Amino acid sequence: MSSEAEAAVLNQDIDLSQVDSIIEPYLGRKEMVIPILQKVQEHFGYLPRPAMEHVARRMRIPLSRLYGVTTFYAQFKLKPLGRNIIRVCKGTACHIQGSPKISERIEEILDVESGDTTDDLRFTLEEVACIGCCALAPVIMINDDPHGRLTQDKLKDILDSYE
Amino acid sequence: MYEKHIMICGATGCLSSGSNQIAEALTEELESRGIRDKYRLVMGGCPGFCEVGPIIVIFPDEVFYCRLKTKDMAELVEQHLIGGEIVERLLYKGPDVDAPARFYDSIPFYSKQRFNVLRNSGVIDPESIDEYIMRGGYRALKRALEMDSQAICDEVKDAGLRGRGGAGFPTGMKWGFTNKAPGPKKYIVCNADEGDPGAFMDRSILEGDPHAILEGMLIAGKACGADEGYIYCRAEYPLAIKRLRTAIEQAKEYGFLGNNILGYDFNFKMNIKEGAGAFVCGEETALLASIEGKRGMPRPRPPFPAQVGVFGKPTTINNVETFANVPLIVREGGAEEFKKVGTEGSKGTKVFALAGKVRNTGLVEVPMGITIEEIIFDVGGGIQGGREFKAVQAGGPSGGCIPQDLINLPIDYDSLTQAGAIMGSGGLVVMDDRTCMVDLAKYFLSFTQKESCGKCTPCREGTKRMLEILERITEGEGKPEDLDTLDSLAHSIKDSALCGLGQTCPNPVLTTIRYFRNEYEEHINEDYCQSGICKPLFQYLIDQDNCTGCRACVRACPVEAIEGEKKEPHEIIQDLCTRCGSCIEKCRQDCILITRVGSEADVGN
Ligand SMILES: Cc1cc2nc3c(=O)[nH]c(=O)nc-3n(C[C@H](O)[C@H](O)[C@H](O)COP(=O)(O)O)c2cc1C
Ligand code: FES
Repeated sequence: MSSEAEAAVLNQDIDLSQVDSIIEPYLGRKEMVIPILQKVQEHFGYLPRPAMEHVARRMRIPLSRLYGVTTFYAQFKLKPLGRNIIRVCKGTACHIQGSPKISERIEEILDVESGDTTDDLRFTLEEVACIGCCALAPVIMINDDPHGRLTQDKLKDILDSYE
Repeated sequence: MYEKHIMICGATGCLSSGSNQIAEALTEELESRGIRDKYRLVMGGCPGFCEVGPIIVIFPDEVFYCRLKTKDMAELVEQHLIGGEIVERLLYKGPDVDAPARFYDSIPFYSKQRFNVLRNSGVIDPESIDEYIMRGGYRALKRALEMDSQAICDEVKDAGLRGRGGAGFPTGMKWGFTNKAPGPKKYIVCNADEGDPGAFMDRSILEGDPHAILEGMLIAGKACGADEGYIYCRAEYPLAIKRLRTAIEQAKEYGFLGNNILGYDFNFKMNIKEGAGAFVCGEETALLASIEGKRGMPRPRPPFPAQVGVFGKPTTINNVETFANVPLIVREGGAEEFKKVGTEGSKGTKVFALAGKVRNTGLVEVPMGITIEEIIFDVGGGIQGGREFKAVQAGGPSGGCIPQDLINLPIDYDSLTQAGAIMGSGGLVVMDDRTCMVDLAKYFLSFTQKESCGKCTPCREGTKRMLEILERITEGEGKPEDLDTLDSLAHSIKDSALCGLGQTCPNPVLTTIRYFRNEYEEHINEDYCQSGICKPLFQYLIDQDNCTGCRACVRACPVEAIEGEKKEPHEIIQDLCTRCGSCIEKCRQDCILITRVGSEADVGN
């Protein structure tokens, strides 16, 4: 995403009362930070900085430690995501059935690199390791829909069907 | 009472081939005929044969329908459910059977399998505790509650159960350590992090038979003197998590969880923790850190979790499949039964996720000691497209490849370790002559390199250096001394890394060098990748003798690098070709050849 697009989204107002109601049941239980962060992310779609600061304060955990946890796990996103999430399976079965070619072609079509979001916020391109339908390799998942037995020429139509 | 039970596979594989739509169409068909009430429809667990999904199995007739489409439902209802006649058209057909096959025992994919762990998967409704109980569920728990803790540990040890999560440590012995550890508070942890990319056994068990895991953990709780359990499950498995939550609620309601379970002096509380996407969290000490809400970094052992585990308390940690075996062993006479299957050092069965270039992909459960040949050719039905079998990768990124020459190797913990691979979790990825072994080694190493937590230097820096070398080789910049450097780096990392991730991650490189040195040398010395994977090291040529001039490849090429008139042999303009492989996907004559860079059209390879 370009820095302007990013700035526009990052400067949105963040409603901290929502964060409070997520934290409430776990106050004082530091071991619950991962579930808390998971819920905060579920709510906002990513982990906005003000929300992180708020969690740190209320849970009495140094912000640096919180970021330590966040950046360790692949699930946590510090930037907003696109409307549709494409997950290209990079599991072994998919790899040997040609997933590298699939991701190359998607990168080409959308002009976006893996891990990043298109400027119009339409797609975020990610990689995952095994979606669990190796029989249909190579597989990609768009939002919750798996698309299996892919070939490069099917991709354009599939992508076009997501707004 | 229902006339028939209709099990529709609702596991991830079949869902992605459309089993939800099938279920809807079937329901609609039944409703429109006003006979919906006569049948019980269940979105069940995985019958394993993902390749031919979506699958429906009809009980009590035991008929297995596969490769279903929504438009088949009318016929299925009309002919089978109402007319009582099997719809032959929808049965399993394949080159490995003479006639359409009706049920498990007549389908070759199933004939060498033996269902222990997957006994209920695809047979019961995973969201019904009653069906689990009807199949003998929770009986082993009752028996365990009447036994002495140590006696349970001894029985499991005597049965020869070894951990299914990778290393194969004897489970009864592990329980014994926790049982003997001092202190009133102890934990049982179920490792459902399943990190191996290309394996989904644990997921299918969790989705298909969640109560078996709960029962296994409860028995472990009694054996270890623990009263609380954690199931640490990958967040990428939402369906498994949902089914576990349902199972836990039901077990509480029936008095299998909570205080004074079944009236005995035994309490147990169950928690679920969702992982957050880190391969290293499958390693037990990292997993414990993650449960405590920290970065999932491993720590040196000893102390082992049996002494110092979750929140500093003695903890037993086992894999999903290990727990699923436990109720079978602890039930009356179960240990004796269990011991009858398997080899000297490895008892029972093992579930494998069979994937890659094999015809029948899916989930298989086979007796320990079965040979690779039997798995790939009898169960797996051979290689896709009749190509040549090259090797199979066992154990994922911590494992190694086993070449064609070792096809008669009986699979158990010890034989695999000797061959340089490991049992690991049970991923088996089959490779044919179009798989480049150097690229495969690079693939696994780039995975482990990314997942290395960075705490210890050998793993953090060593994997990076090894990866750089492999990248160079696949780009055509290999040097003759590279193989020795890789070998020495690999051994230093194995010897000095802190945790299992680092200690095992050189295995794919070491085994591919051991069995496919010639391929590495070809890359380095001859600038040639015979499998057609490493782009700078090959070119495509069109076989001028066999090309029919159908223009399929011309249309497929995204960069217009193929030219030729209709019905005339086509040609590739090498300067334009990006080696994306689109043409090879489309050519029906198999006449796109992989050749050395610079070869001429008529010379071929
Ligand atoms: C890098 C790494 C990843 C692992 N991933 C898993 C995993 O996904 N699932 C699992 O059950 N065990 C995994 N293990 C093995 C665990 O550390 C542990 O040995 C196992 O859970 C013990 O259970 P078992 O005795 O029932 O096999 C992994 C080990 C390492 C070093
Ligand atoms: S490797 Fe891609 S779905 Fe399993």
